[in-house]
Amino acid sequence: MSVESTFTSQPRPKAGHSPLSALGGRIVRRIFSGALVLWAAVTLSFISVYLAPGDIVSLLIGEQVRTPEIEAAIRAEWGLDKPLYLQYLHYLWRILHGDFGRSYLLNTDVSALILNQLWPTLKLTALALVVSLVFAVVMAVATAHRRWGRRVAGSLELLLASTPSFWLGIVLLSVFSFTLRWFPVAGDRSFSSLVLPALSLGLAQGAVVAQVLRRGLEDALDEPFALTLRAWGVDNLTVRLRHALRHAALPAVTLTGWLIGGLLSGAVITEQVFGRPGLGKITVDAVLGKDLPVVLAVAIFSAFVYVVMSTLVDILYLLIDPRLRGGDDLTETPS
Amino acid sequence: MSQILSGPVPKRHYSVGYGLAVFFLFLVLLAVLLPAYLSHYDPLNADPLNAMLPSSWQHWLGTDQLGRDVLTRIIYGSRYSLLISLASMAVAVSIGSMLGLLAGLAKGPLDEFISRAVDVISAFPDLLLALMLIAFTGPGTTNLIFALGVASIPRFTRVVRAQTFLVMSSGYVEQAKTFGLTRRVLIWRHVLPHAVAHVPALATLGLGTAIIGTAGLSFLGMGPQPPTAEWGLMLAEGRNYLRNAWWIAVWPGVAITLTVISVNTLGRYWQAAFEGKQP
Repeated sequence: MSVESTFTSQPRPKAGHSPLSALGGRIVRRIFSGALVLWAAVTLSFISVYLAPGDIVSLLIGEQVRTPEIEAAIRAEWGLDKPLYLQYLHYLWRILHGDFGRSYLLNTDVSALILNQLWPTLKLTALALVVSLVFAVVMAVATAHRRWGRRVAGSLELLLASTPSFWLGIVLLSVFSFTLRWFPVAGDRSFSSLVLPALSLGLAQGAVVAQVLRRGLEDALDEPFALTLRAWGVDNLTVRLRHALRHAALPAVTLTGWLIGGLLSGAVITEQVFGRPGLGKITVDAVLGKDLPVVLAVAIFSAFVYVVMSTLVDILYLLIDPRLRGGDDLTETPS
Repeated sequence: MSQILSGPVPKRHYSVGYGLAVFFLFLVLLAVLLPAYLSHYDPLNADPLNAMLPSSWQHWLGTDQLGRDVLTRIIYGSRYSLLISLASMAVAVSIGSMLGLLAGLAKGPLDEFISRAVDVISAFPDLLLALMLIAFTGPGTTNLIFALGVASIPRFTRVVRAQTFLVMSSGYVEQAKTFGLTRRVLIWRHVLPHAVAHVPALATLGLGTAIIGTAGLSFLGMGPQPPTAEWGLMLAEGRNYLRNAWWIAVWPGVAITLTVISVNTLGRYWQAAFEGKQP
């Protein structure tokens, strides 16, 4: 029995229901609910194809010329001569195996297309994530509880959070590529071609994270433990970085889902601004060409990334903060 | 609400930023309502002899690749950019709040169903969900409004649902029940106003996001089509002339950013005022 539970007079965990198994149960439940959301998302995409006006063949074919061969191929792929529930099961089975069908407009396999274009987008979003997190931590740690610092930082963050990322990209291009010629204008050749896109994508997201992080940091610095550390003679920066930041990080972690969604969405536009190859480029081309198989695949894929990441973060949250392990799900109860 | 508050209401300080935001939004409103009074140029009329001029007394913000006055196009463009965002917010607020109220009142299976449906919708990143809807419906102004609106339904549903739960279990509703009020009167007169109390501030902040979303989607060519003057579309056209004429793409972005900052400032102020804090 730890000191903590004797002092806070919590009911002892019953035999056979140890805290560890409760934790395991919660993790399993979280994974299960994530899988449920994904299943529903896939089902939604299936239903929307069938509910959309027009027949399925002309919907899937996009702006490709309709020939009897292509029509036969679509009928075979979707099993259109079978009953609906078999078509649905077949669809689920295919998606479960990572088979997103064919794009008839581009005449390629959609899964292969996505895998081909994944790397440039992954590089961009990963670097943008680093940019936004570094920006948020530096801004929060440097300006928390500093009168003028937080005023200036607050205005800068409001400006960045209100700036469309694609416009920021255009301004950066205009200054650093066309006027100063420091970075290449378009394409994906070297690391230097990645700098401006990652900055324009990451800064806007980082500004919002910085605001939440600073609020958390200021709350943490007001706690008695921060005063105690100061009294021990621990210097300010160490208090902020090593002790207060951990407390501040917890509320900021809840933003992860929003952050990932924003980065995935923003990548679509940023790739367009900087003329980069990637998932965003094929998505925009697919939407404009009405190439539905590709659009559905990208949407399901991004939902998959989103659900997996937020599930991982929730589990991490449970592991970091033992207070959340017992009782009801915090995110579920209306409060 | 006022009878619940005890003690004097603290006097509110309006900051300079708040004043500037209101002033700028007033200008935008003027541009939406009376564009012809603010500029005597035509937003669509090409004038190739005056193409890509830098700013001057005749053309304050310069001219674009077809010789159209950039400031005039920004003024006329405000109508599209703002009305699309406002309409999509209206879609999101009305459908979202209704679903939230329904879920909060019904509890049980219906609540479970609505909450799960909202979870599924929000599993798709906003812009990708909107793109998916546009892939079905095709580009265009109406479809853009619908797509953006659907993508922002979840947050309203969640807030209103949680708030409805809170109000339904509060003391005053319990007391109202003891008066023998019918369920209809109870819900419409006593629950609804409090359940949707957070919505205006949330919708104002959402409007900022919607303006960026509108501009982003029309930047990608999913909204109004050229030669319409719309801020996102102007950015997309100007992107190709950055080397020689940066002003074509940069000024519409300034307009978007200033509008979003103003809207966000107002939204935050209202949110803080509603929560009884000084902003």
